[in-house]
Amino acid sequence: MSITAKDVEHVANLARLDLSAEEKEQFAGQLNAILKYAEKLNELDTTNVEPTSHVLPLSNVMREDEVRPSWPIEKVLSNAPDEEDGQFKVPAVIE
Amino acid sequence: MSLFDLRLADLHNKLAHKELSVSELTEASLKRIADTDGEIGAFLTLDEEGARRQARTLDDQLAAGGERGLLFGLPAGIKDNMATEGLRTTCASRFLDNHIPIYDATAVRKLREAQSVTVGKLNMDEFAMGGSNENSAYGPVRNPWDKSRVPGGSSGGSAAAVAAGQVYFTLGSDTGGSIRQPAAYCGVVGLKPTYGLVSRFGLVAFASSLDQIGPITKNVEDAAYVLQAIAGHDAMDSTSANVDIPDYTAALTGDVRGMRIGVPKEYLGQGIDPSVKERVFEALKVFESMGAVWEEISMPHTEYAVATYYLLASSEASSNLARFDGVRYGVRAANPDNLMDLYRRSRSEGFGPEVKRRIMLGTYALSSGYYDAYYLKAQQVRTLIKRDFDQAFEKYDLIIGPTAPTAAFPIGEQVGDPLTMYLNDIVTIPVSLAGVPAISVPCGFADGLPVGLQIIGKPFDESGVLRAAHAYESHTDFHTRRPALS
Repeated sequence: MSITAKDVEHVANLARLDLSAEEKEQFAGQLNAILKYAEKLNELDTTNVEPTSHVLPLSNVMREDEVRPSWPIEKVLSNAPDEEDGQFKVPAVIE
Repeated sequence: MSLFDLRLADLHNKLAHKELSVSELTEASLKRIADTDGEIGAFLTLDEEGARRQARTLDDQLAAGGERGLLFGLPAGIKDNMATEGLRTTCASRFLDNHIPIYDATAVRKLREAQSVTVGKLNMDEFAMGGSNENSAYGPVRNPWDKSRVPGGSSGGSAAAVAAGQVYFTLGSDTGGSIRQPAAYCGVVGLKPTYGLVSRFGLVAFASSLDQIGPITKNVEDAAYVLQAIAGHDAMDSTSANVDIPDYTAALTGDVRGMRIGVPKEYLGQGIDPSVKERVFEALKVFESMGAVWEEISMPHTEYAVATYYLLASSEASSNLARFDGVRYGVRAANPDNLMDLYRRSRSEGFGPEVKRRIMLGTYALSSGYYDAYYLKAQQVRTLIKRDFDQAFEKYDLIIGPTAPTAAFPIGEQVGDPLTMYLNDIVTIPVSLAGVPAISVPCGFADGLPVGLQIIGKPFDESGVLRAAHAYESHTDFHTRRPALS
């Protein structure tokens, strides 16, 4: 399997990244090398091997659905790149 | 003997008996940073005013006869991927250049409760992605033993700050070896606890199933003290383990008689520098002399660990880093045309090349049509790697090998070759995938550069790991050697 600059463009779009032509070329080469190396995993027969997503036996952690105090608005907005009237401001989503 | 050569316990006593004030200790730390950090670059944010204020408060408390916390008055540095309320936290990324958290990470809060003094935030690879600390948006950290070489990564600042005598201990984070490998390169002690032992709340997530916070210190006893302060269940982290926390310093008995050690032949195979191998075998002789027994074992899936890790960690990273969108915090691209343009340009301008590379790799591995071939396959191989450890620990108490294949390499040498860089983590990554605890302790030198010995234990057996490491340390003096800095 080989990754082309076009594949890189598709993945960059999924990842919400803008890449320059030079970056696309470079990433295509590097990702190819890494994925080629990763293909060594195919040497292993993993039929009937359970996947491990996590080393600890985890279960969902639930709590009561009750009203609790939240952070004050000014704290929540303290790192906002742009804000207005106590809200995060973004460009118009609906034309 | 300088203050920096003292154990945390000795400093604690000096402070308690008022032979030394917290303010004096803090000033000594700040002076050392002022004298050395121009050439090392370990600190990204220095909080002199805050540190002096904390020190004065602690001195007042002591004068008033107040209780002393476990780490009372000890100046510490924190890797810059842990949230510190009111103190800039950048993850060494332009994306978070102006970010000031509104809360403390749990590990940071616990240090505060143990009454240590936070001096500042430490340089790292951007978003903890890297093995050399060359991926910081604010410039590399230099290894105090040889300033032309890397300190290791991603907790390079945390390891270099301890090695350079700037602070008395630091917190780092380890995803694939990022505490242990820089500790090895800088000749200090680095402990990666069992996954889940230390809360990850407030740690900026890189690969959530692997990330773990741990201490970097000058010696094993100090590591036990810091671990004692930060370990424990946290309701704010759903992956935090609810286990009893033992007295880690009580485990430092020096007795390893009858301890069974497995030494994987794969950890000493191809690619491992001959001098590093020699240091490991010399260390095993020390264990023999103390009455432990070791034999060579096989961990057959070791060679698949690096590929497994990069697929899993990058996949988790691509998902975790989706939250950096320029809307709620971090940088935002100027004059965006629309929301998509805002996302794309903010991310492209904010992230450095290694972060983009991993996001791209992870997005590819998780994308439609490739999920089974890469992500699922890697999770299955992770099971096989974990089984290697489970089987070894049926027969052995500990697994020992090198921490890294070589000593620290020159800055710039591997930058253009990500795959070679990734292979530096070949002996730390399997441990991370299995989630077990491991410590790196200095075990000698190769061409004048420190070499690390990695001691790996059963899940939640930090006591066993610390006991073995401490016993080894008490028979050697490598941990007392310091780099010659002006």
